[in-house]
Amino acid sequence: MREGEFRNSSGCAISGIFSLTGKKFSGEKIIRSIAVMRERSNGLGGGFAAYGIYPEFKDFYALHIFYDESRAKRECEEFLETQFDIINLSKIPTRKTPEITDEPLIWRYFVAPLPSRLSDSQLDADEFVARSVFAINTKIQGCHVFSSGKDMGVFKAVGYPEDVGYFYRIDEYEGYCFIAHGRYPTNTPGWWGGAHPFALLDLSVVHNGEISSYDANRRAIEMYGYKCTLMTDTEVITYIIDYLTRKVGLTLNETCSVIAAPFWKTIKEMPKAEREKHEYLRNVFSAQLITGPFSILVGFKGGLMALNDRLKLRSMVVGEAGDTVYIASEESAMRAVEDSFDRVWSPRGGEAVIVRLREG
Amino acid sequence: MPYVYNEYEIIRSPACNSCRVCEKQCSYGAHVYRDGKMRSYDDKCVNCHRCVELCPKRALKIVKSNMSLRENANWSEANIREIFKQAETGGVLLSSMGCPVKYPVYFDRLLLNASQVTNPSIDPLREPMETVVYLGSRPKAIERDGRGNLINNLKPQLKLNIPIVFSAMSYGSISYNAHAALAQAAQELGIMYNTGEGGLHDDFYKYGKNTIVQVASGRFGVHKDYLENSAAIEIKIGQGAKPGIGGHLPGSKIIGEISKTRMIPEGSAAISPAPHHDIYSIEDLRQLVLSLKEATSYTKPIIVKVAAVHNISAVASGIARSGADIIAIDGFRGGTGAAPTRIRDNVGIPVELALASVDKRLRDEGIRDNISIIVSGSIRGSADVVKAIALGADAVSIGTAALIALGCHVCRRCHTGKCNWGIATQVPELVSRLNPDRGKTRLVNLLKAWEHEIKEMMGGMGINSIEALRGNRLMLRGVGLNLKELDILGVKHAGE
Repeated sequence: MREGEFRNSSGCAISGIFSLTGKKFSGEKIIRSIAVMRERSNGLGGGFAAYGIYPEFKDFYALHIFYDESRAKRECEEFLETQFDIINLSKIPTRKTPEITDEPLIWRYFVAPLPSRLSDSQLDADEFVARSVFAINTKIQGCHVFSSGKDMGVFKAVGYPEDVGYFYRIDEYEGYCFIAHGRYPTNTPGWWGGAHPFALLDLSVVHNGEISSYDANRRAIEMYGYKCTLMTDTEVITYIIDYLTRKVGLTLNETCSVIAAPFWKTIKEMPKAEREKHEYLRNVFSAQLITGPFSILVGFKGGLMALNDRLKLRSMVVGEAGDTVYIASEESAMRAVEDSFDRVWSPRGGEAVIVRLREG
Repeated sequence: MPYVYNEYEIIRSPACNSCRVCEKQCSYGAHVYRDGKMRSYDDKCVNCHRCVELCPKRALKIVKSNMSLRENANWSEANIREIFKQAETGGVLLSSMGCPVKYPVYFDRLLLNASQVTNPSIDPLREPMETVVYLGSRPKAIERDGRGNLINNLKPQLKLNIPIVFSAMSYGSISYNAHAALAQAAQELGIMYNTGEGGLHDDFYKYGKNTIVQVASGRFGVHKDYLENSAAIEIKIGQGAKPGIGGHLPGSKIIGEISKTRMIPEGSAAISPAPHHDIYSIEDLRQLVLSLKEATSYTKPIIVKVAAVHNISAVASGIARSGADIIAIDGFRGGTGAAPTRIRDNVGIPVELALASVDKRLRDEGIRDNISIIVSGSIRGSADVVKAIALGADAVSIGTAALIALGCHVCRRCHTGKCNWGIATQVPELVSRLNPDRGKTRLVNLLKAWEHEIKEMMGGMGINSIEALRGNRLMLRGVGLNLKELDILGVKHAGE
C-alpha cells in the first residue's frame, strides 16, 4: 500500500539550527547533527527543510515536485503553465549513493502566479499557490508537490537522514535555518512523498510523536478546504498551523495556545485577561487541540518554532550558543555540532519556543 | 375479550407471612389479602418489581409465563395479543418508554481503540483528563481591538462539566419529586436538566442556571420569566419515540400544580399539535429561533430538537443555517411517557446512523462550526457516550438511564400513570415514594461513575481532552457490519 492509503504513525528524530543574525551556514552541520540520532530512525524516511537558500529567486515560489514517470511530469507541467509564469526549471541536483535507491524524477520550478489567473481567482497569491498544490497532489496521478515556499526548500527521501542529506547535496546549500527529520514509521511506506518535513508554502514541519486526536483534527481541517492525502500527523499539524496563522490570523503564540492548550484548571488560575484569552481560544478552536505525544519544529519565513504536547510525552531540548539556537530530540544532536552552549534547557509541555531573525 | 393467559406469574414462597406490604405497594392491584392470606392476580402484574424489592421476607418472584400460543415465526404472540386487544376496543395501541423491538443497535457493533507502544495511554488518576464541553456556535472570524487583543465575539453557550445532559421530561409526564431530583443533580454535576413541555414549577426557578426550558408545539407554560430563567431554550420539533405526532396529557392528569404550571385549566387535556402551527417550513423555524433570541436579548443559546428521520441530514443542515446554536437529535429508540405503539416501533432511524450522517453532511457543507450536536435515544452507558462523541456528537442526553437511576425498572407502563416507583405518576401517595434527595444522590453517583469510565476510555486512547475525541472516528471500528453501514458510520471494520 502506498502512503495515504493507510494511517502511518512514526517515532522519530528531529533537529533544527537557526541563526538569529541571519548569517548563512552550510547544510553540512544539520547532517552531522541528525546523524547522531540514527537510532531514532529506521531508514524509512529522512528529510530537510532549508531557509534562505534561494536568494536569487527569493520572490518566486519554489515548487519541488516528485514524479513517478514522465507522463506525470508532462501533465503537471501542462497544468503549471496554465496557472504560473515559470521563471526557471531544473532537476534538483543529487549525488548517487547506494544507500538511496528507487528515486523518482525530482524537479524544481520557480514560479509566479499568472496575473490574470490570480485576479480571476479572487484569491491572494499564497492561497492561489496552496490551491494549485492541492489540485496537483489530488488530481494528477503520480505527481507530488512537496515544497512550495519562497526562498526555502524541502528535500526528502526514503533512507536514513544523513544519506538523504548526502544524496541531495544539502552540504552545498547555505541558509539561515535548517531543520531535519529521521523517521521510524511503523509501516513500510516505500514512497518518498511520505517522508518529512511536510510543507505548505513557507511553512515546514517536522514532528516526532503519534497524536491521538488525529482523526478529529483531520476531519475538522478538511472542512476548511485542506485535503489530507498522506494520513500522517505531520500533514495535519502543518495544515492546522497554516489555517490558524495564515487564514484565521492568530499569532504563533496564540496558535500554540490552541494546539497545545493549557488545561482548564491552569487557565482558571490565570490573571483575568490571560484567562479570558485562553478560554476564548480553547472554546473557538476546540477542534484544533492536538492530544497525544508530539514534539514539533516549525520552520517559517524568518523564524523557527518548537513545541511539545501539553504533557511533554516526547523529548525535546533547546540550546543557545552565541547567535545560534539549536533544538533537537536529544541533547547529543546539538553537542555533535557545537562545543559550548550559553544555555541548554528543556521547554515544558505546551511551552512554545519561538525564535526570529533579529531586526536589521 | 378472549381469555389469554397472562404474561407474568407471581411466585409466592412459603416464607410469606401475609404482612400485606406487597398489597400496599402495588398500584395495579396484583396482590390482595383475602380470607387470611395473600392472593395474586397475575393478570394485573406489570413486572415492575416494586413488591419483589420491598417484600421483607424476600418471598416474591415474578417470572415470565411459559404458557404460549402455538409457535409461529410470522405470527408472534405479540402480534396476536395486539389484534385481540384492538378487536375488542377499536383503539390505537399505546406504549411507553423506548422502542423495545429487535432492530440493530449500532453502538453494540462499534469497538473502541486503545494505545499500544507507539503512543502512551494516559492514566486519569495521575494526569489531568478533561471532560468540559461548551455547546453553541463558533464565530466565523476572530476580531481584535485597537491594541491587537482578541475580542470575545462568542455567542452565548452552554457549559457542561461532562458531556451529558438530562433529556426533556415534562412535569406531568414525570412527578414533582423526579423533577426535583433531576434539577438538583444537574446543579451538583454542572450539567443541565430539561423541563420538557410542562412549564417550570415555581419551586425550580432556583435551578435556572442548570435548566433548559422547552418551547414545544402546545406552548404550555411558556412565558417571559420561564424563558429568562434558563441556561438555554429548546424548541421541540419532534421526539424519537413519536416522530411526526404531537402529545396528549389527558385532562385527568391536569390537576393542581400541573394545571398551574402548564397554564391551562384543570381537567382540560393538554394537546400538543403534531407540528408547531407557526412552523410549516424551515424559514418559519428561523423566525421562531430569532424571536426567542429577541425575547431573551440574545443571552441564551437556542436548541432545536428533532427526531432522527430519513432525511435527518438535510433537516440538520437547514437547522444549522436557522440561527440555532445547538441541534438535539433523538433516535428512534428514545423514550416517552406515552406514544402510539405503531409509531414508536416503526418510525424513525437509529441515532448512530443519523448522527454519523449529520456530522458528515455539516462538515461537507462547511457549517459544522455553526452548531453543536446533542444526541439521545438511547444512551445506555458510558461506552455509548464515548462512541457517540467519537462519531461526532458534542454531547449526549439521557432520559431512560436517569429514570432507571431513580428506580425505574423499565416495565413500560408509564402511560397508565400508576408508576409504583413514584416517577411516571401524579398520584400523591405514589410520588411520595421517590425521595428527591436520595434520587439526586443516585443520579450524581451514576454520572460520576460514567465520568470516571469515560476518562478511563479516553486515557486508554491517549486522549486527555474530550474535544480531541469528538468526531475522531479512527478510534472506532465496526464489527459485523456491512460495507454500506460502515460507509454511513464513516468507520473501518475491525482488523482493518
